[in-house]
Amino acid sequence: MNLTPIQLRRRRGVFSMAILSLASLIGFGFLQKNTAPVTFRFVLEKEWVAIHEWTLDSRSGSYGFSAAALLISLWAFFQFRRDKKVHVQSALGGFSLLMAFMCWAASGKMIPFTGLLQGALLLSVPLIFGSMAGVLCERSGVINIAIEGQLLASAFAAGVVASLTKNTTWGLLVAPLAGALISLILATFAIKFSIDQVILGFVINVLVIGMTNFLYKKLLIPYQNTWNSGPILKPIEIPLLSKIPVLGPIFFSQTIIVYLMYAIVLAIHFSLFKTKWGLRTRAIGEHPTAADSVGISVNSLRFKNVIIAGLVAGIGGAYFTVGAVGAFGKEMTAGKGFIALAALIFGRWSPLGAVMAALLFGFADNLQGILSITGTPIPSEFMLMAPYIATIIAVTGFVGRVRAPAADGIPYSRESSH
Amino acid sequence: MSVELRAITKTFGALVANDAISLRVEDGEIHAILGENGAGKSTLMNILYGLLQPDSGEISVDNKSVTINAPSDALAVGIGMVHQHFMLIPVFTVAENIVLGHEKTKSLGTLDLSQARAEIARISKEFNFDVDPDAVVETLPVGIQQRVEVIRALMYNAKVLILDEPTAVLTPQETDELLTVMKRLKSQGTSIIFITHKLREVQAVADRITIIRRGKVVGTALPSATQEELATQMVGRPVVLALNKKHPAPGRSLLAIKDLTVTDNRGVELVKNINLEVRAGEIVAVAGVQGNGQTELARAILNLEPHCRGEIQIDGENILGRSVSDAIHSGVAFVPESRELDGLISSFSISENLILDVFDKEPYGKKLAMFPSVVRSEAEKRIQEFDIRTQSVTDPVSSLSGGNKQKVVLARELSRPVKVVVASQPTRGLDVGSIEFVHERMIAERDAGRGVLLFSTELDEVFALADRIAVMYKGEIIDIVPATISRSDLGLLMAGVKQVKA
Ligand SMILES: Nc1ncnc2c1ncn2[C@@H]1O[C@H](COP(=O)(O)OP(=O)(O)OP(=O)(O)O)[C@@H](O)[C@H]1O
Ligand SMILES: [Mg+2]
Repeated sequence: MNLTPIQLRRRRGVFSMAILSLASLIGFGFLQKNTAPVTFRFVLEKEWVAIHEWTLDSRSGSYGFSAAALLISLWAFFQFRRDKKVHVQSALGGFSLLMAFMCWAASGKMIPFTGLLQGALLLSVPLIFGSMAGVLCERSGVINIAIEGQLLASAFAAGVVASLTKNTTWGLLVAPLAGALISLILATFAIKFSIDQVILGFVINVLVIGMTNFLYKKLLIPYQNTWNSGPILKPIEIPLLSKIPVLGPIFFSQTIIVYLMYAIVLAIHFSLFKTKWGLRTRAIGEHPTAADSVGISVNSLRFKNVIIAGLVAGIGGAYFTVGAVGAFGKEMTAGKGFIALAALIFGRWSPLGAVMAALLFGFADNLQGILSITGTPIPSEFMLMAPYIATIIAVTGFVGRVRAPAADGIPYSRESSH
Repeated sequence: MSVELRAITKTFGALVANDAISLRVEDGEIHAILGENGAGKSTLMNILYGLLQPDSGEISVDNKSVTINAPSDALAVGIGMVHQHFMLIPVFTVAENIVLGHEKTKSLGTLDLSQARAEIARISKEFNFDVDPDAVVETLPVGIQQRVEVIRALMYNAKVLILDEPTAVLTPQETDELLTVMKRLKSQGTSIIFITHKLREVQAVADRITIIRRGKVVGTALPSATQEELATQMVGRPVVLALNKKHPAPGRSLLAIKDLTVTDNRGVELVKNINLEVRAGEIVAVAGVQGNGQTELARAILNLEPHCRGEIQIDGENILGRSVSDAIHSGVAFVPESRELDGLISSFSISENLILDVFDKEPYGKKLAMFPSVVRSEAEKRIQEFDIRTQSVTDPVSSLSGGNKQKVVLARELSRPVKVVVASQPTRGLDVGSIEFVHERMIAERDAGRGVLLFSTELDEVFALADRIAVMYKGEIIDIVPATISRSDLGLLMAGVKQVKA
């Protein structure tokens, strides 16, 4: 068989999908006793209505969607045989499997379908900003473990400034600066002084957690009214687009932060692969000596990119406070920076890949939340594991071996590289 | 354009890599630099190209003093360089590699590769390079990768071209083509600084020769000098270019390859049904134009090839399909073709690299323990024996010069009691003195009753060492001939022409 790595990956994807479909057919179909109805609700507020809700019995739903997934796997297999892409099939198959799962898990209950997706997007916002910061750093060859610290510091800065000025715009403007400040520390020690970047990242995180905890206790709690009761950004409805059923409320009636996110993701993906800056950035992350030998100043470009990464992470940090709850809470980023790092790797260091991964994590997280409220046959401890199980399945089944930028984490200096 | 280096000095710690070196390259001349491994040639060129800063000294171009702080300065005054270790980004395409640093853009800063593609096509055509601008560099053979570097230097309008050991990785044919290109460039007015260890090439193209030893210029020569004279000046003692070799006394079979077929993961047969035997006390050379399955055959003996059929016996015991460490422990020494990739761990120290395969065996280690003082003292012995030029055995292997890295691999592999030595291009990148030493060493291995399987694209080496020659062509061994065969007959065989014996 003539198989290139891409074909091998496709084949693995197709087979994983078929196996999962079969498992779902048996697990959620055959072994399912329950035939209570499941209701999917599609309407949130004032969209032009197409379908209000859809009710079907749990077992036939699981059967139907599993069978559909199996058929889609077959279709994907034929596509694979004809050496075509299987993106559409993977998306449809994944969706069918999820529906089969939900039919099983929510039997006798109601699933707010649109709300589920909207919440998923919101939960993935900080992950997406964080992973974009990761892309910018690691593609240039600097490991960024400090995403968590960048998110936390900028969440704090945004919350406090918005609260003091009673103005969300100020909060939103200060957040990127806070992110960039953390980046400045990272860049200075990692690039100028060649400190081990993993250790450095951890130290920065510990530092930011300690600082914000201290200020929270000494300042934000005692003087809560002035220091920690910031306003929240209002969602902006995009005319027409926000009225589309299902899609409208999910994508087009969001805060400015989410719209900024769309623009930033597209800009980074486009720039990284299509522009001069992107070519140079990828070059210094792969083979800095080669880049240097054609006249690119490796360390200053690295420095610049790490700072930009801080600005981007900063907007993500602002989402926690001005974008969501207003007030700052102790360690409120709760490890999202690390999940963003996982999304980056899972997305193979590609911006759009990282977004997909972040969305998947966000979705699993939100599904878990909704199912544990409505109640399911699964113990809630297991539901909490769902995002991570999804990751493991996705990585082993679909992503395979990933290759980091070759010079990721290695400081560059001329004398030591000859 | 003429270039002059005046009293360039560069030290690395206590080591003086360049000691007040002065050198003048005239307009339109090919100036060869000869020198032992570690003499300081690459260091000097990296200084001229701005990758290293000298401690003192001056550079002038066309008799005007210039400051070169970075490669961009060198490029700006018209100095281009093809490096000993290629400076290409493996995951980029040829065109991307070539425009890097000199990108043309359209609106929004988007890359415009069309002009580069056209230029690549034009230069490829002019010099008969067969280079596809959209091929990904890591998929290309080294010979083509080097052409990419040459094209790049030409596209930047280099008036002075530095070629640091460009022929070390090339086949004899590719080398001849490169020499032709060099002469052609010279006729167009480009000055060339040419570094090589192969005296034949120097004689063929150089106008003048500067010889460097241990960081100092020790003399100049003209290409009319004989190889012996050049070698003596370079090494500082007479070098025996022709070897003394006793008659072989072959004993029992140590390596027996039976019906070996190697396929790649697309199922294409790279090695087809090969039968070959190496007996104790003989050197069998595998000759052939590069890319006819030699690499895969060598790797298969170490169990490095995943898809193999057949049998490989080491002293009567089949090892094919077992692990790499089984192959090593059954008594195979292996000198891989690319030392950077397969032979060394660059960030490890020299002493660690010298015991990579035996670190857990006595006297270096026992169970979980390793004995650093033994490792160190043994490493120091190896360094003496193989004349590895370094300041300390604890330095990382990446600080060594190209040839000295190769010596580390050889020192490790040839210092173990083994049954069979499999060596691919063992003298690639070595200076003449070191080649002499390695050749003597291989003959000593043979005389000590080991079997040696040598893979070499250098006919000189094949004739100097081999007792029998197996010729590979398109994955098959088309003939096994005694070493008394004439050069021209061997050449024909390598081209796949098999004469009918009368
Ligand atoms: N970055 C470095 N740090 C320490 N020592 C170095 C470094 N670069 C080179 N050296 C030492 O400087 C000396 C000269 O090295 P150089 O690479 O210039 O040799 P060379 O003449 O090019 O040899 P070869 O023919 O083997 O390529 C060597 O002894 C080498 O170990
Ligand atoms: Mg060198």
